[in-house]
Amino acid sequence: MNDEHDHEPGILSGLWATARRDLLLAWKRPGDVLNPLFFFAMVCTLFPLAVGPSSEQLEFSGPGVLWVAALLATLLSLNSLFLGDFEDGSLDQMLVSPQPLPVLALGKTLAHWLTSGLPLVFVSPILAITYRMPWSVVPIMMVTLLLGTISLSLLGSIGAALTVGLHRGTALLSLLILPLAMPVLLLGANTVSLAAGNDIYTTGVWALGAYAIASLSLAPYATAAALRISNE
Amino acid sequence: MTAKLSGENLTLIRGERCLFEGLDFALESGALLLLEGRNGCGKTSLMRAIAGMLSLEAGEIFWNDVPVRKQRQTFHGALVWLAHRTGLKGDLNMVENLEFERTLRKQAGRDPEEVYERLGIERLRKLPLRSLSAGQQRRVALARMLLADVPLWLMDEPFTNLDREGRKLVMELVEQHLGKGGMCVMAAHQDVDIDAPQTRIRMQ
Repeated sequence: MNDEHDHEPGILSGLWATARRDLLLAWKRPGDVLNPLFFFAMVCTLFPLAVGPSSEQLEFSGPGVLWVAALLATLLSLNSLFLGDFEDGSLDQMLVSPQPLPVLALGKTLAHWLTSGLPLVFVSPILAITYRMPWSVVPIMMVTLLLGTISLSLLGSIGAALTVGLHRGTALLSLLILPLAMPVLLLGANTVSLAAGNDIYTTGVWALGAYAIASLSLAPYATAAALRISNE
Repeated sequence: MTAKLSGENLTLIRGERCLFEGLDFALESGALLLLEGRNGCGKTSLMRAIAGMLSLEAGEIFWNDVPVRKQRQTFHGALVWLAHRTGLKGDLNMVENLEFERTLRKQAGRDPEEVYERLGIERLRKLPLRSLSAGQQRRVALARMLLADVPLWLMDEPFTNLDREGRKLVMELVEQHLGKGGMCVMAAHQDVDIDAPQTRIRMQ
């Protein structure tokens, strides 16, 4: 008998296994990953064309536009978070698995963030430059986006889980998530604006971090409960 | 080690319809529970209720005489679920799909190659699942059952999409599983010919 088959899987193996599988799936269908990123880049590049290229206006609206585009791009990608699993029966398998469901849901959310949130963070500096954002502000914007997208993915997973059984649940998903996502948007955009205006911005960063931690500790349980309800 | 699965006074209402009421069953190691009835009579709902995916209006499912809802993880660690939707990813190949299962459930330590050969899927390992036929995909789902080290098999319509040999193979596999002290709950509308102690529930 093979030794590695002998022991029972540990509590975190479900997290890594789910995240790994979803990353593998994303790797095999890169279009799904590129879609939100493309949307993000499109909104950010089209906006200056519509409102005019005066540098004052761009500097003023940059943080807001970047943040709204990031929020919408994340919402766009959330719809499919559990849909595939629901349709092919993987969700049933998750529900009858001996691994705790919140851990599996967290694994899926982690993969979602790595394929939708994190790329936004890395692309954002290029777009920030087109808005004439000062170099000193760019890292701050990246940190706020990093923390903000973590919250958005986690909160979004609750909405995705609640609407997975409904057909065309995208609009409902956005409605459910927006109230929870609003603090992230306000904190994120305002923190970057404050930093650009040489004001004290650290409070906003801490608040975003606190929001991310709160989401991390609560959202997986809510998502698990929502998945059980949706799949009845 | 013997195990026991039982249900007492199970009642399930979906919408306006009462699917079953006051249903009792008991199943011991080495035995088969067969759910029979026409389409839409509630076989799948009863299976899902046993697996803990559907909440009952009344009644309780017991695993080793302890209510399942008090030991969900232990119970889920003792079962595998096979249903119409196989729960396999079409973009991944057979080995990648089964590898994922391996990290979730305690494994029997069987040689995977042997299992693949037994199911006649050993040549399919590099192909993405979506390019396989429905029957072949079902055989991969069966591999998941064989590789897991669990006493309880929950099989909802296991013969769907399978050819004559496939159906015979499933019956043989269930017989072997029961012979080793396993147990099986099966919903089927075809004739099932399995040589083992069995209870039949005919649903209305």
